[in-house]
Amino acid sequence: MTARPPALDVDALIADRRTRIIVCCGSGGVGKTTTAAAIGLRAAQSGRHVVVLTVDPARRLAQSMGLTSLDNTPRLVQGLSGAASDPQDGNDSASGGSLHAMMLDMKRTFDEIVEAHADPDRAAQILANPFYQSLSSSFAGTQEYMAMEKLGQLRRAEEWDLIVVDTPPSRSALDFLDAPQRLARFLDGRLLRLLTAPAKVGGRAYLRVLNAGLGMVTGVLTKVLGTSMLRDVQTFVSALDTMFGGFRERADYTYRLLRAPGTAFLVVAAPEPDALREASYFVERLDTEGMPLAGLILNRVTQVPARHLSAARSLAAAEMLEAPAGTDGRDTPSGFEALAAREMSDSSVRTDEPDQPEEAARLLAVSALRLHAAHMEQAAAERRARGQFTAAHPLVPVAEIPAQAEDVHDLDGLRRIGDAFATGGRQDASTGAA
Amino acid sequence: MATRDTDWDGVRLHVVTGKGGTGKTTVAGALALALAADGHNVLLMEVEGRQGIAQLFDVPPLPYAERRIAVGLGTDSRPGGDVYALVADPESALIEYLEMFYGMRHAGATLARLGIMDFATTIAPGLRDVLLTGKAAEAVRRKDSGRGRKYDAVVMDAPPTGRIGRFLNVTSELSDLARVGPIRGHADTVQKVIRSPETVVHFVTVLEEMPVQETLDGIAELRSLGGIRPGGIIVNMTRPLALSNGQLQAAAQGSLDQSLLALGLKSAGLDDSPALAAELAGELSQQARSILANDEQQERLDEAGQPCYRLPWISGGIDLAGLYRLAAGLRAQRAA
Repeated sequence: MTARPPALDVDALIADRRTRIIVCCGSGGVGKTTTAAAIGLRAAQSGRHVVVLTVDPARRLAQSMGLTSLDNTPRLVQGLSGAASDPQDGNDSASGGSLHAMMLDMKRTFDEIVEAHADPDRAAQILANPFYQSLSSSFAGTQEYMAMEKLGQLRRAEEWDLIVVDTPPSRSALDFLDAPQRLARFLDGRLLRLLTAPAKVGGRAYLRVLNAGLGMVTGVLTKVLGTSMLRDVQTFVSALDTMFGGFRERADYTYRLLRAPGTAFLVVAAPEPDALREASYFVERLDTEGMPLAGLILNRVTQVPARHLSAARSLAAAEMLEAPAGTDGRDTPSGFEALAAREMSDSSVRTDEPDQPEEAARLLAVSALRLHAAHMEQAAAERRARGQFTAAHPLVPVAEIPAQAEDVHDLDGLRRIGDAFATGGRQDASTGAA
Repeated sequence: MATRDTDWDGVRLHVVTGKGGTGKTTVAGALALALAADGHNVLLMEVEGRQGIAQLFDVPPLPYAERRIAVGLGTDSRPGGDVYALVADPESALIEYLEMFYGMRHAGATLARLGIMDFATTIAPGLRDVLLTGKAAEAVRRKDSGRGRKYDAVVMDAPPTGRIGRFLNVTSELSDLARVGPIRGHADTVQKVIRSPETVVHFVTVLEEMPVQETLDGIAELRSLGGIRPGGIIVNMTRPLALSNGQLQAAAQGSLDQSLLALGLKSAGLDDSPALAAELAGELSQQARSILANDEQQERLDEAGQPCYRLPWISGGIDLAGLYRLAAGLRAQRAA
């Protein structure tokens, strides 16, 4: 098929001491959190002092890393090198590395910024304002902004030599780059300034035009929202405004951090068209922004050991064995759809074993062959999706992580994923049957 | 009218939510096609402005206007009705609202230029939500000159599960911000629709820990809000396996009878059946483990006590044909 893109060497990336920040991004539901955690664990095992910043981990995975609550504090992860490690601390005695993990609490991070920059009275006033409360807990973009803010804090702390960031589960991978700027722009916005201090700007000619419109603007806002709401907004904004010199500046700082040498972006995607399309956009965007892309991690790639038996041959064999009572002639779907149709129509599925061994052998073979055909089709579809990406971005290095049978929810599971990086996830290494 | 019973007879607003990556938009689209069987007219609405519907139905990006985008699922007795789509964004909804209630015809453009829309809909998330749910409520109630209601059903591709409670519970979200005033009155009207028996919230999930947890949390949240009705749970992207219980367990433990499998393969005329049997047993084993893990998650979902529907994984991305097959699957399971 298409030429192989260069292999992404994750081990080399984490072994390189100049790598200080790894950002895992991608659209929702592709396994960013798990990938970030696996990379963090592998880096710690190779001797680095790592902190993993997760945004929304699955409960059991969080627990396995010792994160029982959303407390915004990095926690040392125990049992780093497996059963043999010293349970007293998370230091890997063999390699000298360590792993911390933390869960982002966006509201608390926001609160802390306010508390750090305002005197106690003013801080209390802001924290109690209904607008602050809705902004800090539900504004689309606050989570991304606070993730970046936290990244900046962790970087300044200089306690770790590698920070692995999992980005928020936004609907699109690009939100992560845009949202902080949006929030900053909003808080710094011209309109907010107009509303809070119309007198200040009234003198300038071009603003006088705006001012003329201002009566209408406040009129509309009053109509829609009511006067008390408008007053709440104004007090909130002026309180924030005097507090620190611009949200935009803080957003700009983290933006610069993301472009600095030592930062590497990993785009995570599932091998299906939507996620890869999103990944494609992101790769192009990183390029435009001058942000360093390390490569693409293709997660949950279907592994098929018996690749010599084609889907068509496998299906034909299954149909031959099934000769009685087939659904022949109809335009039946294939792959997992066919299996689903069987599951719904065939009441003998998942009940008891047939008594005759010949019958049992026949049914077992049919199931195996149909599953194999579905897997082959699946793998082919994944290759096509991947091919679309690599055709557009032939130079982006790619690593594959094989699909796991179960959710990853312990350090062993993370370690298995990390092991895939050793081979670049290439199936032709030694990844046979499970 | 239709004589066929479904699990959601009498429901006119179907809100579809789900965690990212579970196929929420796809299922919303399939549900709209299925509801548009029997000549019904259905509006499919998107509220997060990412043009997911346009991509799904392979049409150019949709404006803030109701456009016919597909014909509903045909049945043996009748052709399908029409499926319309609408991409609702808070700015346009606010402009429309101002025009409808205040006759402020050209106010919209001026306001947009000043960034006021961004301001009003950003600073007060409750306002944003009431404008979007308000649009859905309006479509549900809209009259048609001839045959009563304009739409037999409205399907909303809603925000993800983590935000659905807040999104639908607009009145109380807003009450902190706007205690009185016209927008408050508007919110109260919207709430009557959302909290009526004509509205249910369906959850799309896959059988993995996090989406299942979010589904259960979401259902519990809706119940705690009072009056907002959880609907069906749609388990998407299932990858079933036809094995007896005993064999499933054996396969999961890696102790499947390979000689039995080899025997079956041999009778299908496949050469080198023992070696092939070993490889296929490996595939069965991996799949069996995944199915047992899925079963655990399914049991958790069953405890929620809501009707559950299953839709299969479709390889290679969803095209229109696949979408209609999913619609047929929903209809066969009486979800529509």
